[in-house]
This record gives sequence, C-alpha cells and structure tokens, in this order.
Amino acid sequence: MVAAIEIHQLYKCYGAFSALENINLSIHPGEFFALLGPNGAGKTTLISILAGLTLATSGHAKIMGHDVVSDYVNARKNLGVVPQELVFDPFFTVREALIIQSGYYGIRKNDAWIDEILHRLDLTDKADTNMRALSGGMKRRVLVAQALVHKPPVIILDEPTAGVDVELRQALWFFINQLNREGHTIVLTTHYLEEAEALCNRAAMLKQGKIVALDSIRSLINGIQGFSIQLRLSSETLPPILQEWPSSRHEGLHIFKIKDYFQVETILALLRSEHIQVLEMQLQQPDLEEVFVKIMGAESSEVL
Amino acid sequence: MIGFYTLFYKELLRFWKVSFQTILAPVLSSLLYLLIFSHVLETRVQVYQGISYTSFLIPGLVIMAILQNTFANSSSSLIQSKISGNIVFILLSPLSYLEIFLAYIGAAVVRGLLVGLGVYAITMLLYGVSLQLPLWALLFAIAGSMLLGALGIIAGVWSEKFDQLAAFQNFIILPLTFLSGVFYSIHSLPPGWQYLSHLNPFFYIVDGLRYGFLGTSDISPYFSLGVVIVCLTIVSWLTVWMLKSGYKIRH
Ligand SMILES: Nc1ncnc2c1ncn2[C@@H]1O[C@H](COP(=O)(O)OP(=O)(O)O)[C@@H](O)[C@H]1O
Ligand SMILES: [Mg+2]
Repeated sequence: MVAAIEIHQLYKCYGAFSALENINLSIHPGEFFALLGPNGAGKTTLISILAGLTLATSGHAKIMGHDVVSDYVNARKNLGVVPQELVFDPFFTVREALIIQSGYYGIRKNDAWIDEILHRLDLTDKADTNMRALSGGMKRRVLVAQALVHKPPVIILDEPTAGVDVELRQALWFFINQLNREGHTIVLTTHYLEEAEALCNRAAMLKQGKIVALDSIRSLINGIQGFSIQLRLSSETLPPILQEWPSSRHEGLHIFKIKDYFQVETILALLRSEHIQVLEMQLQQPDLEEVFVKIMGAESSEVL
Repeated sequence: MIGFYTLFYKELLRFWKVSFQTILAPVLSSLLYLLIFSHVLETRVQVYQGISYTSFLIPGLVIMAILQNTFANSSSSLIQSKISGNIVFILLSPLSYLEIFLAYIGAAVVRGLLVGLGVYAITMLLYGVSLQLPLWALLFAIAGSMLLGALGIIAGVWSEKFDQLAAFQNFIILPLTFLSGVFYSIHSLPPGWQYLSHLNPFFYIVDGLRYGFLGTSDISPYFSLGVVIVCLTIVSWLTVWMLKSGYKIRH
C-alpha cells in the first residue's frame, strides 16, 4: 500500500541555519497524525515542503506516491493544506473564493460539494459575504473549506485552532474527525496537546529541526513511568520524612511522584503520623503533555 | 486548461472590480497629457510632413498608457498577493508555472488594451484621428503589452516590499517610457541621444504603434517588430525560468 506521506532524508537549510535535519517519516492512509513541537521547531517548514511552498535543500517527499517536486501536479491534487497564517483574498466573497480555488484544481462545476462544505463548516449564511468582513474564526473556517474543494485524500492543518474560541475549536475538531472517519489522512500541528491526545493515533515530536520522538500516542504515554499525586495539605511545610520524596510544588499544591498505588498509602500514612490533614487530593495519570515536556526538556545529547 | 482560465478570470475580476482606478483614472491622465501638450505645442512643432503634432502625440499616449498599465497590473497583483500572503492559494494548487505566466500576462494585456482603447476612443471623438493600419497598431499594442506584462511579473516576484516595486517602476519603466519618443521624434535629438534611444526597446514599440496610426515612422516597422519580438522572447524566457525555479516565491 502506498504511503499517504513519505519523507526521506529531508534537509532544509536557510544559509547556515538548518531548519530541518534528516527527516524520515512515513504516514499511512487513514492515519490521524500529530506533528508536535515548540515554536520554531520546523513544523511549518516541513508542511511547506510537502505543499511545494518551499523547496527542500535535499531529500525527497511524496504525497500518495507522487514526488512533491517532480510530479507536483499529482502531489498537489492529492493534498489539501490549511496554512498557519490567516490569509484571504479581500477581492472576493466566500463562495467566489471557493469557486476560484476549485478552478485552480481544474474543477469547473463544484457547487454541490461547495454547498456541502459550507454547510458542514457552518458557513452557509456567510457564503456571499466578502472575505474582508469575516471574523478571524470565520476566516479560519474558510481556509479549511478552501483546502477541501478538491476532496484531497491527504489533509494537513497547520495550527487550525490557534486563536480560535473553544466552541469553534470543538466544532472544527468534530469536523476534522469526521473527515478522518470518511477515510482522509489527517496531519495536524497544534499547541493543545490534550486535543492531539484525544484525536490522533500517532505523533512525531520535532525539536530544532529533528524528529526526537515518533510513536503511537499510547506508546508515548506508556513510556512515562508512574504517575503523580497532587495534595493540598493543612501544613505548608513538609515534615522532614517527606522532604526526601521526589516532589514539586505548584500553586500551593504538593505534587509527589509515585510509581504505583501502594505508594499513595505510604504517603498518606506518613502524613497522618505527622498530624497533617489532606484538604484536597488528585491522582494524575501521565498524559501527552508530560511526554512532551519530558522530551523537549531533554538535553540535545539525548536526542535520538 | 481550466486552471489557467480560472486564474486568468480571477485576475480580470481583480482589476475589473476596481475599474475606476485601473481603467478610468489612467485614461483620464492620458487625456490631460494630451490637452496640455497639444495646446502648448500644436502650433510650434511639426514632426512629420503634413501631420499635426496632436496626431503625432496621440499614438504615443495610447501606447504609453498601455505599457504603464500592463506593467502595473501584473506587478501590483503579484506584490499584493505576496504581501497579504494569499499567493499561497495559487502556490498550493497544481497550476503550472506556464499557466501562471500566461494568466498574469493575459490579464495584464487585457487591462492595457482596455486603457489604450479608452484613450484612443476619446481622442478619436475629440480630434477625429484615424487609424491607418489597424492591424499593425494591434500587433505592436499586443506585443508591447506582453513585454511589459512579463516585466511586471519579474518586478512583482523580485520585490519584497511596495517601495522596491516603486523603485523598479520609477527608475526603470518610467524613464524607458518617457525616453522612448512618446512626445517627440528621436530624429529631433542630438546624435548621442539618438543612439541611446535606439538601445531602448520601448522606442521600437512606440515607433511601431505610431506606424500603425500614421502609416509613417522613424524606422521600418518590420525591424521594430523584430526587435520587440526578440525582447519579448528573452524576457518571457527569463520570467518563465524565474517562476519555474521558484525564485523568491517558493523559497
Ligand atoms: N524563510 C526563512 N528564512 C530563514 N529562516 C526561516 C525561514 N522560514 C523559517 N525559518 C526558521 O526556521 C525555523 C522553523 O520555523 P517554522 O517551520 O515556522 O517553525 P514552527 O512552525 O515549528 O513554529 C525557525 O527558526 C524559523 O525562524
Ligand atoms: Mg508553524
């Protein structure tokens, strides 16, 4: 089976600065894939290379088996990209923009599909509004619609929910999830790690242009040993016996690292013997955020 | 094909939606040139035997308007898309660099010809000038506007800011048009300037169009056509090469 996205030994340099270094990645059809990393890690650069907006310094990339440079026509026909920047053409209405975008892909009569995406993105009553008059969230939705006019099997969204309110964010995720279930391969970047965790099957983490983690979300999280317990206590200072325990403090909460549930009992027993009362208690399972912080915090020497 | 046609149509819409600025305003400014220059110089200057200065000036103004507006169309459309970022919609699509080239040139030529036609139509009403050899005139109008349309693409792709584009326009395009014999015959210039004028490709466009209007010109229209076509070929090749290489737009 041909990969939806295949990236082989990809490098991108801007002068002496290397924005991407030896990226190798294969994303299968139907995957819901997260591309994670702090600002400046190279996510947008990687997406731009896949989209043909930027030329790689060396290496290859393919969309559904079509090289993004030598067979760009077929690569781009198979790809829909929602750019990170909120761009629009102020000369046109929403519908005009979508008709024009369809035309660029060689599609002349696209009204039925355009109506459907307008409807599903809740843009129907804005169809004849000029792009200039739309709010940021609306513009973002039009960008999603523009990426879908040609029904691409592979869809890449670069921070689709940045600066978008909660309600719209949920609506967008619902829509994107639906697209995935209809068989589209989805790749996205986002800063909302809990959303990536809930939606995606697999993730790659980028740091300074290199892939530092690549696995299913489940395995990434399982890779974190133990979990933690958060306590609010009647005493601010910990008894000496508990000061040895690996812990941290956050907004008046004591966070203890524990390996298993037996240690919960141990901690509580120690507190009781010191006559310290527990005012609030919460168990925290490891999540993607923790994985992310751990991996991004690692010294560069530990980089895979 | 549909891709090219769509981009071409979008580019037409772009200037048509603001035709007050993109067509009417340049027609008006050409007419102001005509009123002023013909008023001042009509009785003092005669360039060709039996041809009034106004009749001499009109084809010059028509072609100047065409050249300036074709250049303005492709260059400003590109720089606006680049600066606002919406050029990504074109770059993301499977449109080929050749389709992009042809669509931008095509729309620029249409705008140039509309402005040229506007200037011509009004001067015909006012002064009743006739078009002696319309096919020659059309040939030079099209070839000349294609050349400037292509130069506009180069300038639009090359510039990163509006002031860089303005510099391209003010220091290259404007001097070349003003010194191409729009307002005078280069035979009236001192030999050194005459020689320099022959190095200006715009001179051949102006002289050729004037041949179409008046049936007489400084040099042979065949030679002018040859020069224009050679320039057009070189500039088009350069433009297509730029677009193909992704210079400055797919960095
Ligand atoms: N055109 C460019 N010229 C020079 N450096 C660039 C250019 N585009 C991106 N970069 C640099 O490449 C790095 C990766 O940027 P980007 O891909 O936008 O990161 P991300 O999307 O992960 O936040 C950044 O350090 C950025 O400054
Ligand atoms: Mg980015």
